[in-house]
Amino acid sequence: MAEIAQNHRKGPKRRRTKKLSTRVDFTPMVDLGFLLITFFMLATTLNKPQTMEIALPSKEKSEKDEQTTIKASRAITILLGKNNAVYYYEGTRENDVDPVLVKTNFSPAGLRTFLVKRNYEVMSKIRELRIEKEKKKFSDEEFDKKLTAIKKDKNAPIVLIKATDESVYRNLIDALDEMAICNIDRYAIDDIAPFDLDLIEKMNAEKKNQNGIQ
Amino acid sequence: MPKVKIPRKSTVVDMTAMCDVAFLLLTFFMLTSNFTNKEAAVIHAPSSISEIKIPERNIMLVLVDANGKLFFGIDGQENRMTLLEKMGELYNINFNQNELKEFSLVNSFGIPISQMKSFLALKPEERDNPVFAPGIPCDSLDNQLKNWVSLTRSISKEYRIAIKADQATPYPTIKKLMGTLQGLSENRYNLITTLETSADLDNKQ
Repeated sequence: MAEIAQNHRKGPKRRRTKKLSTRVDFTPMVDLGFLLITFFMLATTLNKPQTMEIALPSKEKSEKDEQTTIKASRAITILLGKNNAVYYYEGTRENDVDPVLVKTNFSPAGLRTFLVKRNYEVMSKIRELRIEKEKKKFSDEEFDKKLTAIKKDKNAPIVLIKATDESVYRNLIDALDEMAICNIDRYAIDDIAPFDLDLIEKMNAEKKNQNGIQ
Repeated sequence: MPKVKIPRKSTVVDMTAMCDVAFLLLTFFMLTSNFTNKEAAVIHAPSSISEIKIPERNIMLVLVDANGKLFFGIDGQENRMTLLEKMGELYNINFNQNELKEFSLVNSFGIPISQMKSFLALKPEERDNPVFAPGIPCDSLDNQLKNWVSLTRSISKEYRIAIKADQATPYPTIKKLMGTLQGLSENRYNLITTLETSADLDNKQ
């Protein structure tokens, strides 16, 4: 659609060369522009995918690590089970006494409440540090230094994440997420031990019995 | 009553401004976005609160789909060619120049090396067929994934490993994959996730 020239002066008196309008119709160009925008919007992604960085111990190192036992009071073991179920117990098995297994889920009221309670000291310290940082009392580097110092707290829990063969990848990511949320610095992904499987089985069997009685 | 004459106004609108806006937006999109790379499998990554972005270059991507099939891909077309050449040497398969070139255009693949030749002979559209994606073998008898990773590492030390697994992938597959990587002393890697939304939170309860 070409623009219709407006100022036609039909004067028979002056016969000059016709003055061509200098205006160009931009409509097709706009069409083209929007077409290209549409193409780019469909063919590209704006957001890069998120990642979670993870570092596992190397094989030789993990063998060495097994010898150094962690204090039972600091240890928490999280077991990932079937159908998104999570179990946890505190401490380790000592003198053949089974630790108390608790079944929970990944909701904020579940596993997180427990971890926050266990890691309360570290978390509150970090919160204070964040508040201080907002008042700009120190630089970013100093903040990082202080943060790592707090996380290295001697009484902070050490978490072992053990996944059963029935669990799915999402459970593992959720568990790792909880570690990040609860500022737990020391955690490891470990193979499940027969003892852990026994614990879960015993618990499920007990539940069945209770349901049977009721 | 006399007729009120409404002056005729021109219906032509000046498009210059609109054109400016269109091209401004176009420029913005061209600068901020990057092209979606077609992946060999449809994978719904799990959500997480992590907000670290993945680096743009030097990524070896290991994809794991919901059935536990493994896919592999690296970026950099030159490196892809070198990688296939090296892999061919290892398994005594000779890839010609055409096949190397074809391979350099493949973003990710899930085919055992023995079938790679016939896979590369296919047209790109035909490769999407699940028949041609049986997954890369990764067990103790025939661990091709291990070779892919270690050969990529021998090409460049810069490569980072990124694992993108489906949220419903059974854990044994992940364990196998992590075990393989651990055997290569590759202990640092990125797990690709999507940003957590409130809908995801509801699902957890």
